[in-house]
Amino acid sequence: MSPWLPILMAVPVVGAIVVALLPKGSDKLAKQVALLFSLLTLVLTGVVAAGFKPGGERFQFKAEFDWIPSFGVKFGVGVDGVALVLIALSVVLVPIVVLASWHDADGVKTADGTLITPKRSVKTYFSLLLVLETMMIGVFAATDIFLFYVFFEAMLIPMYFMIGSYGGAQRSYAAVKFLLYSLFGGLLMLVAVIGLYYVAGKQTFMFPELVGAIQDPAMQKWLFGGFFIAFAIKAPLWPVHTWLPDAAAQAPAGAAVLLVGVLDKVGTFGMLRFCLELFPDAAKAFTMPIIVLAVISIVYGAIVAIGQTDMKRLIAYTSISHFGFIVMGVFAMSSVAQSGAALYMVNHGFATGALFLAAGFLIARRGSPFIGDYGGVQKVAPLLAGFFLVAGLAGLSLPGLSSFVSEFMVMIGTYSSQAHGSGALTVAAIVSAVAVILAAVYILWMVQRTMNGPTAEPVKAFKDLNAREVWVLAPLVALIIGFGFFPKPLLDVINPSVQQTLTNVQVPTSTIAEKGTGQ
Amino acid sequence: MESQIAEIVQHTGGVIGNAWLMIAFPLVGAFILLVFNRFTDRWGHLLGVAMSLASFVVAVLAFFELLGFGEEERRRAVHLYEFIPGMVDMGLLIDPLSICFALLITGVGSLIHIYSIGYMAHDEHRRRFFSYLNLFVAAMLLLVLADNYVGLFIGWEGVGLASYLLIGFWQFKPSAATAAKKAFVVNRVGDFGLLVGMFIIWTTFGTLTFQGLGEQITPGQTNGTMLAIGLLLLLGACGKSAQLPLQSWLLDAMEGPTPVSALIHAATMVTAGVYLVVRSGAFFFPEGSGAALAVAIVGAATLLAGAIIGCAKDDIKKGLAGSTMSQIGYMMLGAGLGPAGYAFAIGHLITHGFFKADMFLGAGSVMHGMNDEVDMRKYGGLRKYMPITFATFFIGYLAIIGFPLLSGYFTKDGIIETAVHHQPVLGWLAVLGAGITGFYMSRMIFMTFFGEKRWADDAHPHESPAVMTVPLMILSLGSIVLGGYLILSNRLLLFLAPAVGRPEALPEFHFTSTPGLATLALVAVGAIIAWMKYGRVEVPSVQPRGSFLTTFARRDLYGDALNESLFMRPGQWLTRIAVFFDNRGIDGLVNGLAAGIGGSSGRLRRLQTGFARTYALSIFIGAALLTGALLLVGNI
Repeated sequence: MSPWLPILMAVPVVGAIVVALLPKGSDKLAKQVALLFSLLTLVLTGVVAAGFKPGGERFQFKAEFDWIPSFGVKFGVGVDGVALVLIALSVVLVPIVVLASWHDADGVKTADGTLITPKRSVKTYFSLLLVLETMMIGVFAATDIFLFYVFFEAMLIPMYFMIGSYGGAQRSYAAVKFLLYSLFGGLLMLVAVIGLYYVAGKQTFMFPELVGAIQDPAMQKWLFGGFFIAFAIKAPLWPVHTWLPDAAAQAPAGAAVLLVGVLDKVGTFGMLRFCLELFPDAAKAFTMPIIVLAVISIVYGAIVAIGQTDMKRLIAYTSISHFGFIVMGVFAMSSVAQSGAALYMVNHGFATGALFLAAGFLIARRGSPFIGDYGGVQKVAPLLAGFFLVAGLAGLSLPGLSSFVSEFMVMIGTYSSQAHGSGALTVAAIVSAVAVILAAVYILWMVQRTMNGPTAEPVKAFKDLNAREVWVLAPLVALIIGFGFFPKPLLDVINPSVQQTLTNVQVPTSTIAEKGTGQ
Repeated sequence: MESQIAEIVQHTGGVIGNAWLMIAFPLVGAFILLVFNRFTDRWGHLLGVAMSLASFVVAVLAFFELLGFGEEERRRAVHLYEFIPGMVDMGLLIDPLSICFALLITGVGSLIHIYSIGYMAHDEHRRRFFSYLNLFVAAMLLLVLADNYVGLFIGWEGVGLASYLLIGFWQFKPSAATAAKKAFVVNRVGDFGLLVGMFIIWTTFGTLTFQGLGEQITPGQTNGTMLAIGLLLLLGACGKSAQLPLQSWLLDAMEGPTPVSALIHAATMVTAGVYLVVRSGAFFFPEGSGAALAVAIVGAATLLAGAIIGCAKDDIKKGLAGSTMSQIGYMMLGAGLGPAGYAFAIGHLITHGFFKADMFLGAGSVMHGMNDEVDMRKYGGLRKYMPITFATFFIGYLAIIGFPLLSGYFTKDGIIETAVHHQPVLGWLAVLGAGITGFYMSRMIFMTFFGEKRWADDAHPHESPAVMTVPLMILSLGSIVLGGYLILSNRLLLFLAPAVGRPEALPEFHFTSTPGLATLALVAVGAIIAWMKYGRVEVPSVQPRGSFLTTFARRDLYGDALNESLFMRPGQWLTRIAVFFDNRGIDGLVNGLAAGIGGSSGRLRRLQTGFARTYALSIFIGAALLTGALLLVGNI
């Protein structure tokens, strides 16, 4: 029994309460307190990560308390490698988002200068952020499937209010669409969770005990379906993706970062852990259709991204393409591809986070999310343009930046996967590699239209990034470059946990070991 | 069959053991200049030069250390760190092939750094320019020094990034921004090939290192898989080296400052494709294989296409760019001939690095004195005003047309002779290409330096400062002597042999072979035609209409038009259709379903406007109730 994970989850929520209890008008103090608590969480996570033993027991820092004893529901937490790196991603992003959102809760300025006032107070925004942080940690740390489900659903609430109360002109529509889609998926998952409980008949929701509990292939398929649809909506996968561009475009930039950077990862994380390990036969049976959907997401997301006129929507569509890569990696059933997919989840959080935030800073200066309203920013704000470019290059997976390593691993792992008679996966990998070209088009065309060329009239008055904004983007860029050349610290944590997953799915895991001897 | 290439030995210590310093120096330079930004404005260019020179010093020391080993021990691998655990480690391979490139990159690179001090003196962003140049040198060194394909690929795209940044250095010009983006995107098409090639290599051989492949592949072995790998790598090489069909970006790339054209788009980066083919030669392009033949055909086609384009350009830089395409075509042709051609391909790559950089920088010097005018029709008679520029440019000119005993004579002739011997048809096409080269380069010389002055009154042509002319002199010296030094008595071939293999019979250089004499005759004919059209008669200062053929060449053989109608326009339509489908199709369907479930579309409209939150909240409460109910039912 380790107290660390409950402590980690408690710190932000305590912070949220403190922020909420602050007297009216102490907005600045609220922001500072929120920043302090999020930094404290980051430090504590660092302590946990330092104590994690890769290759040791699968779930570490375990803690279990009885919650609803009559159903065997427990408050069970513990982290494996994949969960750990995703928690690390979350707690790195939250302080950055707090700092980036310093003025987001003050209202959104539109291009014609009018202000869309938020429906709720500034301190509520930061309080919600901290509540969300607790839930993000909880959802990745939960080893009890019921607890996971609770966090999975509860996370919607703070995000719903952050979009619906602090977002742009279409915020209500976007927030409701987001909520409806997610709830629909959540309901399916709930049914599957309960079904799992009864069919397994083990009087427990604890994940480790439920692995291998469902043997009936037909039952596996039904339950797999419930989980998978929920996760596919969350991720989101084509064709259930249309809520994401709306939500991301209407959300304040900081909220969009957490939505796309972390919340959506719960979907792909869920596929990797629950869909695969609980229902291995179903996962194998459904692999090909899922790979097809993933490849469609990859190419379709990229093509639609090229055609976007709104920066935030564009970034959202690039993410749909990237989630396609993650899903493809998860279901390619090879250790290289799955490690790549897990790494992709982290790297995508940094890359898309940086891009959303840089775009957010740009939009805050002009009030318009439309690419056509900009031009020539580089001349007046070279720092902003520089960070925007680096973030964009991470988005197109430039080698030397972190996203390349994961995309490369996913593609090469898919190509070389022996899991399904390699033909179809080979084709999938080759088709997905076309996105490498499309990514250059959507990113560099956006960069050209916003940053290059003659400086547009309203852009001339732009100020370059201030110190706060530099401090928001610099750590992300440092991480992107650092993990681009040294992905080993992350992979060393991820690899054993992926091996475990593949063992539970009964896929031969020798791929990486055998191939590794060749060098 | 050719003799096997040498084993790779692990190496620690010494200069070679610390060869990563070569990459680190310019990388640190780029980092400091970018991060400390304005604070380095005053001395940033000096730091850039110093870092490039430091890298050159390391390369020279490593070269001599390498010479100290016996021939069969001259392949030294330096392990750096574990990159992707279980897949590939980061390491460097210092062998005759990579050290040749390292010397060229850092040597010519340093000269161009020095030249840029003068050329960019009046640019307010000179410091940024030097940071990009440093970044380029670092990436290019990683490309050639990496001991595996992934490291090579990181350098490969790194130089692509530097190229993108430098083509678009004057990004406020829409043409420069467009050219930069085009270069990157077209290169990515090639990168697609390289990527998929790596997938197959890893899947087939379980390794991505040159050493690992060397252990598994017996020389000369071919099969369908290896042919596929070869063709995919060739696609990558075509993108980077502006070979058909991915050539279209190079001419537009001339939007960048001229030193960039000299360093990246002539001397080094664009030759990376040749490096890739030669480095992979023993594995995927063995002599006589289909892949090697494809390389040679691409080279021959491009050497003609580039030469034809070069004939019609009035923009001095675009003329030189066409020539670069063409000369790299020669290198590719050589690289497609197996070990017999490698030494000449690499030799031509080195001498071309000198004489083309010399001419590009010379063109820059001309532009510097002519208010950045690039239209040769507005030059004329400049030899009197810029004697040093003229002299050095003229030496470069003699070298490229293959004037006897100058550098280009030996290396180009070597390629032609070998090609005529192995692939007669391609070889004779190369002879023809040499004749066209004689024409377009002579045309350039006559239009620029001879005849009457045609420039506007506000131009005051003058010689450039010493910081620019001294690098020109050094480069022209290399253009004179390097070729003979490398080719005579097979110095380069024997030096490279441990890395790329040795041909069955050592070639001997004949000064009076049939193809050699034919080449000289055709070059002379080309030069005379150029004199008749541009030397003897006055050059019109406005471009004449020209025949169908001239237009064909002026429009870059309709390469852009082809790309536009084949890819760009269909792509735009596809994008529009996809966006429409996404907004109306999928979303419409979902909204419709929601409305259907909700009972009426009126409810949906309400959802979107006023009562949204209440509606959502009710669903959420509903879900919570359902959860509770299910739990209760379960309990009974």
